[in-house]
Parts: sequence; C-alpha cells; structure tokens
Amino acid sequence: MTEADPAIRVRDLVRSFAAVRAVDGIDLDVAPGEVFGLLGPNGAGKTTVIRVLTTLIPADSGSAAVLGLDVRREPMRVRRVIGYVPQQLSADGGLTGYENVWLFARLFDVPRREREARIHEVLDWMGVAEASGRLVSTYSGGMVRRLELAQALVNRPRLLILDEPTTGLDPVARGDVWERVLQLRDQLGMTVLLTTHYMEEAEALCDRIALMHRGRLRALGTPASLRDELGAGATLDDVFRHHTGDVLAEQGSIRDVRVARRTAGRLG
Amino acid sequence: MSASPAGPPAVSAEPPVSTGVDGVPVWRTFPSRLITLCLVELRKIRHDRTELYTRAIQPVLWLLIFGETMSRLHAIPTEGRPYLDYLAPGIMAQSALFIAIFYGIQIIWERDAGVLAKLLTTPTSRSALVCGKAFAAGVRASAQVVIVLVASALLRIGLDWNPLHLLGALVVVVLGSAFFSLLSVSIAGVALRRDRLMGIGQAITMPLFFASNALYPVSVMPGWLHVLSTVNPLSYEVDALRGMLLGTPSSIALDLGVLVGATVAMVVVASSLLHRLAR
Repeated sequence: MTEADPAIRVRDLVRSFAAVRAVDGIDLDVAPGEVFGLLGPNGAGKTTVIRVLTTLIPADSGSAAVLGLDVRREPMRVRRVIGYVPQQLSADGGLTGYENVWLFARLFDVPRREREARIHEVLDWMGVAEASGRLVSTYSGGMVRRLELAQALVNRPRLLILDEPTTGLDPVARGDVWERVLQLRDQLGMTVLLTTHYMEEAEALCDRIALMHRGRLRALGTPASLRDELGAGATLDDVFRHHTGDVLAEQGSIRDVRVARRTAGRLG
Repeated sequence: MSASPAGPPAVSAEPPVSTGVDGVPVWRTFPSRLITLCLVELRKIRHDRTELYTRAIQPVLWLLIFGETMSRLHAIPTEGRPYLDYLAPGIMAQSALFIAIFYGIQIIWERDAGVLAKLLTTPTSRSALVCGKAFAAGVRASAQVVIVLVASALLRIGLDWNPLHLLGALVVVVLGSAFFSLLSVSIAGVALRRDRLMGIGQAITMPLFFASNALYPVSVMPGWLHVLSTVNPLSYEVDALRGMLLGTPSSIALDLGVLVGATVAMVVVASSLLHRLAR
C-alpha cells in the first residue's frame, strides 16, 4: 500500500448469482481524493461491485484492490481502511447515537485513550452530538444517516463507500449529506465511492461517474464530459437514458423494492 | 433536524496501519469483540426492559401451573425430591432455550436492515462475530436465570443458594444459550427468511425440550427417546444445572465438556454459513 496506489482498482471483475451475471467484466480505477459515482438502474450491478470491494462477497473472477490491498487476499486490511454506509438505515434503534458510534470504535480497535475524543469528534462533525444521548429510534431519517456517517468515519478511513446515501431523505437532509461528503473530499482529501439513482446528486458530488447497465460499464467520465458527448443542452438524465435505454429496472429484483420500501418506511 | 456542520475531524485520514492492521493479534481481538457485543446487548436491555418482563411470564407459569400440578400427581420419579425442586433447573434451561433458538431471526433482521453488512465490513472475523452474537444471546438469557431464582425463592423451592453454585449455573445457562443461538444462526444461514426460521424454530423447540431431562428423568423415557436425549445438549445443560443447584449426582465435567465442544463446533458451522446472509 503506497501513496501511488489508486484508491480502487478493478480489473475484469465478474460476479454471478445463479444464472444472472450481476457484474460482467468491469474495469475501474478511482484516484485518491476523488468522489466517484456509480450510477445505473436497479439490478445494474452497482451494489454487487460495492459488496466485492467491502469484502462482503468474493468475485468469481478478476481482481479488485483498495489502496493497493487485494480484497480477496487481505480482507482484514481492506476493512481497516474503509468506511461503509449501506443503502438501508442501519443504525441500531435500540442504542443511543453515542453507543452506535462507540460500538464501531471498539470493533475498529480505536485505542482506548483516543476513543472518547474520536467518538465526540465525529458526532460533533456530523451534527448529532447534542442528540447522542437519545435512542436512535427517536431520530429523523436525516439524523440517522448522519449518525451512520459518524460510525463510518470513526476509524478514520481513507476510502468511504456510500451505497445510495440519500435514498428516501428529504431535500434538506439530502443537501446536508452532500455538504458533508464534499467537506470530506475538500478538507480531508478522502476518497468517496457512492452509488446513486439521482442524477442531480451525481452532478453535485461526483468528480467522475461510471454508468452501469446489466453488469457492464456503459460510460465513464466527468459529468461534463458525458453530457458533452451527447451534445449541447444534454443533461445527465439524457446520458442515463442514452446508455441504459428506457427499460425500467428489468434486472431489479423484489429485494430491491423491499429494501427501498423498508428504507422509506423507516424514514417516515 | 439539520445542524450546520462543525469542522471535519481534526486529523486527516491517518496512516491506515496505526492500529495494527494485522498487528492486532487474534487472542486480543477475539475476546475484545466478544465483550463488545455482550456490552451492547446489556445496553439494549438497560434501554428497554419490556422483553425481560414479558419473558418472565412463561417460566413462572411452568413452575406455578405445570410444576404445582405435577407435584400433586407424584407421577414422576425424582429420587425423593419434591417435583418443583427437580423441575426448576429444567425450566431455567428451557426458558433460555426458547429465547436462544429464535436468535437467528435477529440476524436475519440485521441482514435486512444492513446492520450485518456493516458489522461484516469491520475487521472482525466471522467466527468472532457469531461467537459475540451467541454470548450476547447468553447475556439476554441469563436474565431468565434470575427470574427462575426469584420464582424459586417465592415458591420455597429447595435450591442450593451457594453463590459459587449460582455463578456456575449462570455460566452453564450462558453456554447452553450460546449453543442454541448458534444453532439458530446456522439455521438462519440456510433458511435465509424470517418466516422459514420461525417455522423451523417452532418445529425443533419442542422436540429438543421433550427429548431432554428437563421435565422428567431419562430413565423413564422409551429407548428411542433415550438415544435422542443422549445427543441433545439440553440434557447436559439440565444435568449440570441440577448438579449445581440441587446437588444431585451429575457428571459436571462431562456436561461442561459436551456444552463447550458443541458450542465450538456450532461456531464453526454458523460462521461458515454466515456468508449466505452476507450476499
């Protein structure tokens, strides 16, 4: 692991579930300090790529490395350098905000002498310090998401992975998450990989985006360059339609729907 | 609520190996994870005690209704002891079993809520994670020990109140609960859905209970049930509890050996099936 290593390097990555090829031979490089967006319809393979990178599932073939660490051979080392926020609102409602972050500080072996300061630092930064003594079940959806970002940052990761971080959030909470993601890049130089369905989110946050469809990369570049390829006046929505067609989520599963509904339900 | 962001964490992304990427030895991380997950369970119990109260009902009913009634029948040989005395350790083990055997539902819920994925992306081995979860279930089940002890005191059941023996009983119940919760997590890894796990859990709970010495001695069982009882860890748990709380002749070393061995084996099975829930 050196400074010269890309934050993420994926080569010819393949992952299938039964007969479905969820990821079908993609190549990807993400530079350190970059906010990189993975876009695509449901079932495009975005979450599968994230699951391979976070060591949750192995790839069938190909390679994936995070900061020069092979995800298959060195999963524990990879986990030490990433922070992960899943699609669902996953903070534990039966614990307080403080306890949720404390749990992850312990699981990441944050040294005891630093632990308290580190927990309060991330709670403060995410704007949930005042509410940290309350049970998370009393939090709004936006607060839960900010708490999850605090959880993901307590180990001071070098790569933050966000799977649809603003799904179901109201516009104010969404803007709040955007603001913090941009601060992470601008002030800490942190690399951020995120997936999203929202084109305006990709436009606002991402230095570069990759459009996935049916497990393959269909387009890769800065938002401006992808728009320009389609011609003057084109929007990212146009780019999305151009590369994925107008077919609605033909590869999405009922599980995608359930997850989206569950998240929306928990957000009220 | 939306708060204006404070400054970002003071220190930028630190050298990622500062906490010892692979430098933290397993002998330190494993117990650390176990303690952490048990502490989390204790904190949850402290925040919401409703479950403790509602779960107190069943063991009390078993002792009050079943125990008192069977005591009058004198139908079960209990080596000269009152049946309630004989029954109390069995109910202690049974009520812990009934909690632990459905613990897999929590794992499936955690899978659905994204909690499991988040835990699996921490530097925690799968065996440490399932072990921590199992002993956290043991922490929850240990409340049943307290409930049965209080009920036993009120019903003037003749238990051995030696604190060391009570502590030993607690250890046995935690170990037994860890085994059955690991069994439940393993089933969750196969069933993958809450409704399926509920069905399987209900299907196996009663056979585990009745094919044990919780309600009656093994000597009164028909031969085939005797065999099942011999391979049923619940029997060893109850035997150890009776040895500690009633002073009945027991093979406590064998009982503990079986419980520890079965728990270790189930840690291996549960952690090898956990990947099915991570997909």
